[in-house]
Amino acid sequence: MKLHRILALLTRHLYLYRRSLPRIMEIFYWPFLDLVIWGFITLYLGRAGGHLPGMVTFFLGALILWDMLFRSHQGITISFLEELWARNLMNLFASPLKPGEFLAATLLMSIFKVTCVSVVMTLCAAAFYSYNLLQVGLWLIPFVFNLVLMGWAIGVFTTSLIMRFGQEAEVLAWSMVFLFQPISCVFYPMEVLPAWLRVLAMMNPAAHIFEGLRSVVSAGAAPAASLAWAFGLNGLLAAAVIAWFYQTFAYCKEQGLLVRVGE
Amino acid sequence: MVTPVLQVTNLRKRFGDFTAVDDISFSMKPGEILGLLGPNGAGKTTTIHMLLGLITPTAGTIRMFGLDLREHRETILSQVNFSSTYISMPQSLTVEENLWIVARLYGLAEIARRVDLVLEQLEIADLRHKVTRHLSSGQLTRVTLAKALLTEPKILFLDEPTASLDPDIAQKIRSLLKEARRSSGVSILYTSHNMREMEEMSDRIIFLQRGRIVAEGTAREIVARFGQADLEEVFLKLARESRHRT
Repeated sequence: MKLHRILALLTRHLYLYRRSLPRIMEIFYWPFLDLVIWGFITLYLGRAGGHLPGMVTFFLGALILWDMLFRSHQGITISFLEELWARNLMNLFASPLKPGEFLAATLLMSIFKVTCVSVVMTLCAAAFYSYNLLQVGLWLIPFVFNLVLMGWAIGVFTTSLIMRFGQEAEVLAWSMVFLFQPISCVFYPMEVLPAWLRVLAMMNPAAHIFEGLRSVVSAGAAPAASLAWAFGLNGLLAAAVIAWFYQTFAYCKEQGLLVRVGE
Repeated sequence: MVTPVLQVTNLRKRFGDFTAVDDISFSMKPGEILGLLGPNGAGKTTTIHMLLGLITPTAGTIRMFGLDLREHRETILSQVNFSSTYISMPQSLTVEENLWIVARLYGLAEIARRVDLVLEQLEIADLRHKVTRHLSSGQLTRVTLAKALLTEPKILFLDEPTASLDPDIAQKIRSLLKEARRSSGVSILYTSHNMREMEEMSDRIIFLQRGRIVAEGTAREIVARFGQADLEEVFLKLARESRHRT
């Protein structure tokens, strides 16, 4: 891995934000809008007689954390799509750039997006709803780390699919992560799921993170078991999708898809 | 004997039942301009894509600078570059930004000087701050050529590099490429559908038809071998034969 190549690619993506309003909106406006809508829903539920302990923390906290997962996924998939739309993949992969360096650059881009979105949402939540995400305490660090890791894993998987199937799979760059939302137990506990869906949720690292968040908020309990599950499952998921990415990359080179994708 | 900078041996590419490139072998000497000629679908672009490591060959070997492309991809590709009518550059970036990114990708030193030089050489210094999206196709072709020349490659693959240029600019590009060959000794593999350009540029020509090499030599040798008036006549004869068989 050569750092100068990773940074070159990262710079290329950061340049895009200097003169693109839609891309800036993606980081600032849409997360803000999400927060406003869910904030009002939370207030309404609270006034309508909701008696859940820490309701605001549940909903707004969960929303901000879910958005971190979503943006980390999008940071990877959109970076790949940018190259596809610009018909730049040939320029990149005919250069000394390695697939691993390409991935590393998209991961850094994803960190940039997650950081921007998190700061925007956290500040807005504090300003409009007097909600402080940091009240979750130090547990927030492993929670966020695991959510970002899962977002990367889904992002790399989705990128492989777009590379393999071309622009007809483009919509997955935005939608893939939502396939995981029902079994991520973002806004409700795992126990409300039917038994068969609970089995799927148990295999989803995000579900353990949100369960952990609830146990911290409602009971102040240390979510060690939830975190252990999340770390373990994320490790397996990451290993599987990286292997899948390299396999797909080799297949695309074999089939000549790398030079046709985006046409 | 001069060691070739590029050695292709028994290269083959099959996509399912279709054979795009069928057991071709050729080499290129340092500083040589080698023309790759053939009708559409002859396998020229697939060959270049394999040489750039973008498509994995079904069989055969590609060696550049004495190294196998499969094992030394990074070393080889850092000394190689390409330009094609069929590629683009990131549209939202300015010409200068795009060239800086390429320079960083290849780990170049003295980037500012090199970017200035290549912009001057291609007479596009006035486009430096222009967003790539707003370039005409001819300007974009020159920018992709600038990208290719920026890294001072030892081998340059050019796929129809003058296809969208007016005759004046096309002539300037040809002069520039010949000058680059003279000053830096770059070897160039060149495809074009402009036969006069092929004759002017190429030291040697490889004629591809349906993935196979059907003729190899100087333009004069090929014309003589097929008993035609010029290279264009040879091209038309082979292209029509190729279509009749399809």
